[in-house]
Parts: sequence; C-alpha cells; structure tokens
Amino acid sequence: MASPPSSSSSSASTGDEKPHVLAVDDSLLDRKLIEKLLTNSSCKVTTAENGQKALELLGLGDDGQRTFNGDASKVNLIITDYCMPGMTGYDLLKKIKESPTMKDIPVVVVSSENVPTRIKKCLDEGAQEFIMKPLQLSDVKKLRCQLTKFSNPHNGMLCMGR
Amino acid sequence: MDGVVQLQKQLVDYTASLFHEGFLDEQFNQLQQLQDESNPDFVVEVVSLFFEDSERLLNELGKTLEQKTVDFKKVDAHVHQLKGSSSSIGAQRVQKLCIAFRNCCEELNTEGCLKCLQQVKHEYSLVKNKLETLFKLEQQTIAAGGSIPTL
Repeated sequence: MASPPSSSSSSASTGDEKPHVLAVDDSLLDRKLIEKLLTNSSCKVTTAENGQKALELLGLGDDGQRTFNGDASKVNLIITDYCMPGMTGYDLLKKIKESPTMKDIPVVVVSSENVPTRIKKCLDEGAQEFIMKPLQLSDVKKLRCQLTKFSNPHNGMLCMGR
Repeated sequence: MDGVVQLQKQLVDYTASLFHEGFLDEQFNQLQQLQDESNPDFVVEVVSLFFEDSERLLNELGKTLEQKTVDFKKVDAHVHQLKGSSSSIGAQRVQKLCIAFRNCCEELNTEGCLKCLQQVKHEYSLVKNKLETLFKLEQQTIAAGGSIPTL
C-alpha cells in the first residue's frame, strides 16, 4: 500500500510530511540541542547516543530487528557526531553506505574539530556534508531545505536564497 | 510599572556585560533564540546539563591527574568533552582554557595539566555564578510581570 513520496504530485502535502531525522551524538547536551534545532525547523527527530544504537534503529543492528517499521518512520536524514567512543561517526557513515537499504539516506557529519583530512575522509566516503559544531539554526534550515528538494522536486521553489 | 522597567534594564545590562567580558559568546544567543512557548525553560535545561557535565568531568580530571602514572589519553578525552559542552552553550572562557589544556596533554605535561585544571575550575565557577545570577534576574523580571527582552 506504500506509494513512493516522490511520485506524488499533490503540492499541498508539504505540511503533512515532516522529514524524519536521526541524530547521533554521545553527548546528552548536544542531543538536546540538536533535537531542538531540528524540531524548530519542523523535523521529526529521533536521537541515538552511539553508532550501535543508531544502526539498531535503522534495522542494521546485529539482531536484525527493525525498530522503524513500515513507512511510518522512514528516516530522511542522518546527522552524526564524528568523535564518539567505540564506533566513530565515520565508522557509522561507512556502515550506512555499505547497506543496500540505507545507502541512499543522506548522512551529515558534524565535528568540533576542523581537520581537513578528516573532512576529506568523510566526504570521500559519501557524507553529504561536514559541518562544524556547534550546529546553528541556519545550518539546520539549509539542510531542511535540501531535504525538501530531494523528496518534492516540484516544491523546490520553496527554498529561497540557497 | 517602574519596578519592571528597572528589572528589565538590569537584565539587559547584565546579559550585555557577560558577552562584553567574554564569559559568553554568540552560541548563547543561539540557545536563547531556540527557546519558545513550547519549551520555555530550554536555556535553563541545557545550561543545567552543562553544569552536570562539567562537575562530573572536573571531578574525573582531578582523579585522573592524581594517579601515579597519568593516563593522558583519558585526560584528553575528558577535556575534549568539556570543551564540547562549553562550546555548545557558549561558555567561551571555559572553552578557550580547554584548548590550552589539551596542549598540555599532548606534551604529556602533568604539572601543566594540573595548572590548567585549576584555571578551568576557576573559570567554570565564575561562569556558573554568572549564569545562575542571570537566571535569577530573569525569574524576578517575569515574577514582576515583565518579559525577558530579546536582544
């Protein structure tokens, strides 16, 4: 019964379909911050405190269980911190890009450190963008705008001054 | 109504001084802008997390630096976290000290690290004090029937 959103031509749908963003960060403070930034930008948010949990939520965990079921909570964007103990944001990015089901979800990496080799590594691995922390409202609005363009090509006009 | 105006002016002046003296930077403004009716205590909540994080980390740092053989990787990891939280709320002075602290870690300099820890602890208690005063002023302003002026 699921119809791919991009084939829908109803231009009145912008209000209904909030992008669902998965935000991954080991810092509770930063998770709270990014959640607010995203909610204020009309996104639905799920947070995860590490890469392993993020993979489980995406259905790529060891147990193979899919927490996000059906089309109710399809993830449209993943934002991950780079520096995390255990699985880094880069490791997570790799795993996502290796997954046939998840590789097309845009992944944005954020970091408090401006390390050119790190940035290149992430972009080469397929990260959509690499943004410096702390994330600003303007960064999130820009990402939100890009998401709208992806899913609703006819509504691309909504993004002004990109 | 004079009382409210007085309070609001006090609040504006106090907030401005915190920015002027470098205790807070633009990031704090970002937090205030994110606060809205759906989450009217957002700034206080986030800053509280910063207080909790910092106290825990400063404690851990003290313990780690007291060890016979200092694990500098561990020290660096803690300082990195502290730098992150302070940056996220705009506690500029604390953040800057963390950068210097990390340099001492890289140099495997215990003496230097201990000095840095003292400085960070001092700056942290200053900014904690300032922020608590700010929140008190905000509460008083609201209690007197005023609203928090948006800069």
